[in-house]
Amino acid sequence: MPYLKTLKSAFPYTIPVMTGYLFLGTAFGILLESKGYSFAWAAIMSVFIYAGSMQFVAVELLSAAFNPLYAAFITLMVNARHIFYGFSMLDKFRGVGAKKPYLIHSLTDETFTLLCTAEPPEGAVPKRFYLCISVLDHLYWITGSVVGGALGAAFTFDTRGIDFVMTALFVSIFTEQFRNVRNRIPALIGLGGSVICLLVFGPQNFLLPSMTLLVAILTVFRRPLEGVMNQ
Amino acid sequence: MTTNQAMITIAIISLVTFCVRGLPFVLFPGHKPTPPYILYLGRALPYATIGMLVVYCLKSAAPLQPPHALPEILAVAIIVALQWWKRNSLLSIGCGTVVYMLLIQLVFG
Repeated sequence: MPYLKTLKSAFPYTIPVMTGYLFLGTAFGILLESKGYSFAWAAIMSVFIYAGSMQFVAVELLSAAFNPLYAAFITLMVNARHIFYGFSMLDKFRGVGAKKPYLIHSLTDETFTLLCTAEPPEGAVPKRFYLCISVLDHLYWITGSVVGGALGAAFTFDTRGIDFVMTALFVSIFTEQFRNVRNRIPALIGLGGSVICLLVFGPQNFLLPSMTLLVAILTVFRRPLEGVMNQ
Repeated sequence: MTTNQAMITIAIISLVTFCVRGLPFVLFPGHKPTPPYILYLGRALPYATIGMLVVYCLKSAAPLQPPHALPEILAVAIIVALQWWKRNSLLSIGCGTVVYMLLIQLVFG
């Protein structure tokens, strides 16, 4: 399948992410600009860091005193969940050759979710399809950041709540996956385990305990879960 | 913070982020067979992780204070119902987001 056709087939999957990233990216660009860093800095950060929540934290870091060790540590804490994504892509990314470093670099929450659920069409080369999704998402993010940084706060229509589009993306995909009985238990483990940790540890600190709890539960109940998933 | 310091900070953040994302690929390189336990985790984690991401996105919702997370609850309910019924992601996401925005801008704002 020609590359352009693969790109066209990948595009619809990325529309929700386009909406989210354009607006969130713009918000990031605006925020960064307000701290004295121009849209060029926004572009650089969005190209090389490419991690939404971390980039927002980075704005604070860049507005404070230089502290490289702290920056490294906080990055590790904020982005720890990205480790999960690689485990699920080990097989998908096998044999992709030169594309691999970029595919790894572009593993954001949203791209990961799309890569898990989007099916390459008949005749398409899977690794090209994945690359298209990843590149499109990255371009949306960079574009939003640059637009935000360049235009500043010159937006007049009320966009409050637009970032809910990311929540909506995850909820809709969660629902869709829940249809398949085989996936329900891991899905509920993820949901339930995270809620418990949220209640115990609070919104700021619950991700790391959640990840630990999830892996622990999935490991302890591996036998029955594998049985269910293999039905 | 000087320009150089800012550049170094960004470089550090980029590098750590890339290392975190790439760690599984270093631990389990493609030329060797992946251990069955890791394969199993790789299959089970997406469903659990997306559940975790849903909670992560909704972590700031506060049911105990006004508006008692009503915008979130209503929007999520609409998304789930639409997705279950029509199975069209764009429809569910679009409607859910618009409803949420209207609720927080016009009703509860």
